[in-house]
Amino acid sequence: MELTGLIAYVIFFLSLAGVYALLALGLNVQWGYTGMLNIGIAAFFAVGAYTSAILTSPPTAVPGGFGLPIPVGLISAMLVAGVLALFIGLITLNLRTDYLAIASIGIAEIVRLFLKNEEWLTNGVRGMSGIPKPFSGLVPGADALLFLGVVVALVLLVYWANQRAYGSPWGRVLRAIREKEVAASAMGKYTLLFRLQAFVYGSCIMGLAGAVYAHFVGFISPEAFDPLFATFLVWVMLIAGGSGNNRGAILGAVAIWTVWSLTEFLTTRIATEHFSLSQLAAMRVFMIGLLLQVILLLRPQGILPEVPPKPIRDADK
Amino acid sequence: MTIALSIQNISRSFGGVRAVHECSFEIQAGSITGLIGPNGAGKTTLFNMVAGLFPPDDGRIEFYGQDITGLPAHKLFQLGIVRTFQIPHEFARMTVLDNLMLVPGDQSGENLLAAWTLWRRVRRQERTIRRRAEDVLEFLNLTHLRDELAGNLSGGQKKLLELGRTMMTEPKLVLLDEPAAGVNRTLLGTLNEIIERLNREQGYTFCVVEHDMAMVRRLCDPVIVMAEGTLLTQGTMDEIMANEQVLEAYLGRGAAEDMI
Repeated sequence: MELTGLIAYVIFFLSLAGVYALLALGLNVQWGYTGMLNIGIAAFFAVGAYTSAILTSPPTAVPGGFGLPIPVGLISAMLVAGVLALFIGLITLNLRTDYLAIASIGIAEIVRLFLKNEEWLTNGVRGMSGIPKPFSGLVPGADALLFLGVVVALVLLVYWANQRAYGSPWGRVLRAIREKEVAASAMGKYTLLFRLQAFVYGSCIMGLAGAVYAHFVGFISPEAFDPLFATFLVWVMLIAGGSGNNRGAILGAVAIWTVWSLTEFLTTRIATEHFSLSQLAAMRVFMIGLLLQVILLLRPQGILPEVPPKPIRDADK
Repeated sequence: MTIALSIQNISRSFGGVRAVHECSFEIQAGSITGLIGPNGAGKTTLFNMVAGLFPPDDGRIEFYGQDITGLPAHKLFQLGIVRTFQIPHEFARMTVLDNLMLVPGDQSGENLLAAWTLWRRVRRQERTIRRRAEDVLEFLNLTHLRDELAGNLSGGQKKLLELGRTMMTEPKLVLLDEPAAGVNRTLLGTLNEIIERLNREQGYTFCVVEHDMAMVRRLCDPVIVMAEGTLLTQGTMDEIMANEQVLEAYLGRGAAEDMI
């Protein structure tokens, strides 16, 4: 009994780490490749989650869904998050890095308030429950494992797409924009268009992560997309793992998710006698913040620093 | 002689400062034209308008007869106007090779969908571009730094790299913003030689903003002198030196001897 419990926990743990890996991979394109400060990750994450939830929930659910297949939900989540990014990007990409950061915080707040208040669509603060979980009842007892398999497959797929993008001329332009945007445009690159593409692409991945999350937990409410969980943690993950390095993004997601889970263990199982629950919650955030400071001071390039692509060789054979 | 660039009566103010005022001149195709003048003469402002950093308030810029007034930098590049920067603008955390390979236009791999699906074609193109970049490195004697991050190069090497970037296209006009600034004497000789060779062998047209008079004397004909935001005079270096107005505006009385 103990062992099955442990295995179930590991599967649960890895699935959520996979969701975070997707978020970190999306952010890596925006920040690691292009140098765009998106502090509104939560918005794209939430929009993806709600899109898939609304499209795939049965019509009988509250507030009523469309009962579409889950893959349709995942793809739509990416599309809607992408369209939102396109819309935001067209308004804000003329802004310099730091201003984009401020604008993205504001937009994430707008999205959160929208989800909270438009009850006809999202059921407001009560959230949406009964979001279909794939594989339920297919093989008794193995649905969580199958789900984890899908998460891992998606992470690998996005990893592959990111890697190829990084090593391509497209990724080269993004890196040039990150290093010196004026020079990139003096070299004939329409930098605004490239930044817009990177922003939309990264946000699509964040939307996908949202959809995966929704189907994993089966219940979403605006609270689940608190900037602390959905934005701040992802930043810590990417910086710790190594900006610009896709393996670093995945490693950072798993490592920081482990630390985060450990702090939960530490605070709720050990220190409850001396502190209130809200104090303990704040302490977890404090510990993660402290960890971020330590990383930035001791290893600012992350655990796995960016590795420039190898020059292309003469023949493929 | 064909006129490559024609500046027609352009003006630009910043707040109350008239940086450039009704300035006109022409640059002949195939020339190395120097642009000199005291600090505050408006050279950099003019240069930046030609390079598409900001448009003039008034006036017109023509490139081989085509109106290019106010076009953004990336459009100008596509027409064949390429610039370098006074303070090197290398892509620091990219390799020297990547700094060069970035430059060519029409790379199919700059389309993300093509990079995902037409990888073979992209790679074929990448090989061609890499070979070209290696030729440029050899020409500049930088082959040994191919895989180095550009940020680790010396100031002079970065200047060479900037020049190398212009060689990754077929530029019709190269704008050099103080190429000699921060470059030691030995490397300066190399730089001069490279500019001369590109002009002679490849037919590059250059417009050079420069304070190093020895360099201007060696490379440039004609030399255009700006003062107080407008054209003062132009001619060969010797004519310029003999011009009383220039000596006054540029150097103040009595300093002419130092200049020569």
